[in-house]
Amino acid sequence: MGEGAPAVLILGIGNLLWADEGFGVRAVEELHRRHCFGDNVAVMDGGTQGVYLVQHIRDADILIVFDAVDYGLPPGTMKLVQGEEVPKFLGAKKISLHQTGFQEVLAMAEMLGDYPEHLLLVGVQPVELEDYGGSLRPEVKAQIDPAIDHALAFLKSHGVEAFPRTELLGEDQTIASLEMTLGRYEGGRPESGDAFRHGDSRVLAGQGWSGPADFDAEVAALVAKPMEQR
Amino acid sequence: MATLRTPNGFDLDTSGKRVVVDPVTRIEGHMRCEVNVDEDNIIRNAVSTGTMWRGLEVILKGRDPRDAWAFTQRICGVCTGTHALTSVRAVEDALGIDIPENANSIRNIMQLSLQVHDHLVHFYHLHALDWVNPVNALKADPKATSALQQQVSPRHAKSSPGYFRDIQNRLKKFVESGQLGPFKNGYWTNPAYLLPPEADLMAVTHYLEALDFQKEIMTTRTIFGGKDTHPNWLVGGVPCAINIDGDQAVGAPITMDRLNYVSSIIDRSIEFIENVYIPDLIAIAGFYKSWLYGGGLSSQSLMSYGDIPDRANDYSPENLMMPRGAIVDGKLTEIHEIDLRDPDQIQEFVPHSWYAYADEAKGLHPWDGVTEPNYALGDNLIGTSTNIVNIDENAKYSWIKAPRWRGHAMEVGPLARYVIGYMQGHEEIKDQVDRTLSALDVPIDALFSTLGRTAARGLEAQWAAQKQRYFMDKMIANIKAGDSTTANTEKFDPSTWPTEVKGVGFTEAPRGALAHWIKIKDTRIDNYQCVVPTTWNGSPRDNDGNIGAFEASLLNTKVERADEPVEILRTLHSFDPCLACSTHVMGPDGEELADIKVR
Repeated sequence: MGEGAPAVLILGIGNLLWADEGFGVRAVEELHRRHCFGDNVAVMDGGTQGVYLVQHIRDADILIVFDAVDYGLPPGTMKLVQGEEVPKFLGAKKISLHQTGFQEVLAMAEMLGDYPEHLLLVGVQPVELEDYGGSLRPEVKAQIDPAIDHALAFLKSHGVEAFPRTELLGEDQTIASLEMTLGRYEGGRPESGDAFRHGDSRVLAGQGWSGPADFDAEVAALVAKPMEQR
Repeated sequence: MATLRTPNGFDLDTSGKRVVVDPVTRIEGHMRCEVNVDEDNIIRNAVSTGTMWRGLEVILKGRDPRDAWAFTQRICGVCTGTHALTSVRAVEDALGIDIPENANSIRNIMQLSLQVHDHLVHFYHLHALDWVNPVNALKADPKATSALQQQVSPRHAKSSPGYFRDIQNRLKKFVESGQLGPFKNGYWTNPAYLLPPEADLMAVTHYLEALDFQKEIMTTRTIFGGKDTHPNWLVGGVPCAINIDGDQAVGAPITMDRLNYVSSIIDRSIEFIENVYIPDLIAIAGFYKSWLYGGGLSSQSLMSYGDIPDRANDYSPENLMMPRGAIVDGKLTEIHEIDLRDPDQIQEFVPHSWYAYADEAKGLHPWDGVTEPNYALGDNLIGTSTNIVNIDENAKYSWIKAPRWRGHAMEVGPLARYVIGYMQGHEEIKDQVDRTLSALDVPIDALFSTLGRTAARGLEAQWAAQKQRYFMDKMIANIKAGDSTTANTEKFDPSTWPTEVKGVGFTEAPRGALAHWIKIKDTRIDNYQCVVPTTWNGSPRDNDGNIGAFEASLLNTKVERADEPVEILRTLHSFDPCLACSTHVMGPDGEELADIKVR
């Protein structure tokens, strides 16, 4: 850590267009909507960028990554991983990130001699990916709040303060891409009859989870349940 | 089996053993490759399969055309800006929107900056390891490496023996810790690697220098796009205002200070390319002069839409600073004009692609394009639909459609642009190519190869870096003359639009010709089709059996070891394939070792 306040990077990664793959990006958008930070903290939508993120990682003393992670756990489960364990979970089954897994991005930062001192991965096991153009599933969306709480607690334990906004930012005032804010993204979606929703069965099969057979029915059942049981 | 001759002149023989590489690593997206090699380990048949569904077209249907750029920019992690630019051009074409001169200059600077960035990262971080062996670099003598560096590029300051010793120690630590990091999963004992240890150490050192330097290039797009890591774009211009004497407090992000900053990045980019990238390219190529495989379609059929309009809103070939045209049947001196609107020129076919058309004997022009998936497999497939052992290329075998220009399979990309430019007598290109050929002492035919493709990319990076300067100067002169307009919002309001319109936007993405075709109906997207560079290069076969650029480029290549496909990766990487983006969900095993199977 350099002099003064540590440099903090809070990074959401993933592809917004693939349903729960958008978890990381949506989580940092929401964090930014509710909280502001000192100048030493950056909140960033990393999308599926790879090598282009190396510099931001190098600049960080504390790095928090939000992402959809295939932990092999039940869908919607959140799991935190810290320090040296992080790269193991940021390996590469199906990655884009400019050909490099995020693991490699971290390795590149390390080769250049600038590795974050503290590392936290806030990952959620996706429910559904096979829904191109779709948004987060309710179980995954519900993990945004606790995910933010964990990140804030981690920051606090390292003496980094978050300031709750007295007035929440509007959706179009956050770091979110204006054309793809959650409301606009979900609201502007065409009917399924007009837009095919599904991915490549061969590529998506056997990756440790699969989409529910009758998603609409499951959502209906979920919505019918009282709040605390969800 | 007897040899089969394709209509585009390649001999295919499937009798030899089959080698499967899946996935092809260090590319964007997911791709699989199967080849047959004969008893001398020479590739006699090649089959490339795009293994991911890219349904961008259908998710755009019904959305606001002014938002399309943001979606297309999320297709993948590399050509973000290029897709956005292509998209706003398509919408502007449909609605008849002219953009201001400053917007044209800024867009060109951003596009050129992306070319520089993408080419540099491709060469050092994706492609170099096909030629450079980092493990061998551990054997290098730092003093001899220093001497080599000074000989290869006397102007590059970082060349002391101590500097190379430090890097070597750092590398040693990495290798000894058992975590090769970015260098894992290589075939480091393969005799296909020909560099002496000192050249390996020099190149690995520049791998790190380039990794450090590339961060600066990004800043240009951040300044003009107002945002890192996904810059903003705008139908009608660019979303940044210019206030040359002001400060950003008044909401004008483009000030003289910032323009000066961009200027300094341009200078440093030129310096890095000329002192590091180009000398490395020539030094490495010098050791591989005898490895002239991989030409494929590059001496036969090539295409470039052209890009970088000098004056705004004029897309005629004369006004495009990147060459435009098509070459077919190996007639290199005949350059044909391309019309992206003509229904008979660009057509996409799907007899070997996992899509359904009402009549698959015919191709469809993208304006009438259909993207309806049909994951059907051939009778001769070995394996199951979720676990393919060997694909059946006589049936449907790829998620990539087969685009054709007047029926021809075409190669696109830096080599296509450079061959077309050279043949048109484009002075800057001719000068660069001639100097490179003479430095390597090779004939012009050497261009038609894997190395030719790699060299063209480097030369283009140099050209693009220098052209940024031209547009900076042009813009500053324009601003000083009193024009600081950056957007034309006259037709931004959908109430001003006709009920039904269509348009096409094109660019030259780092990896080749890119176009988006859009139809707008009642202010919403009615049809959107992207034909991306890798659709051209990675195309499967068509109804007549013509093979695409990837498949053609692999034929007749000798592989040293069938279970270590260095040569296959070398040639496929030279195209900088981008199979559009996908999920990148991560697994705890952390391995991305390609599964190589030989049968």
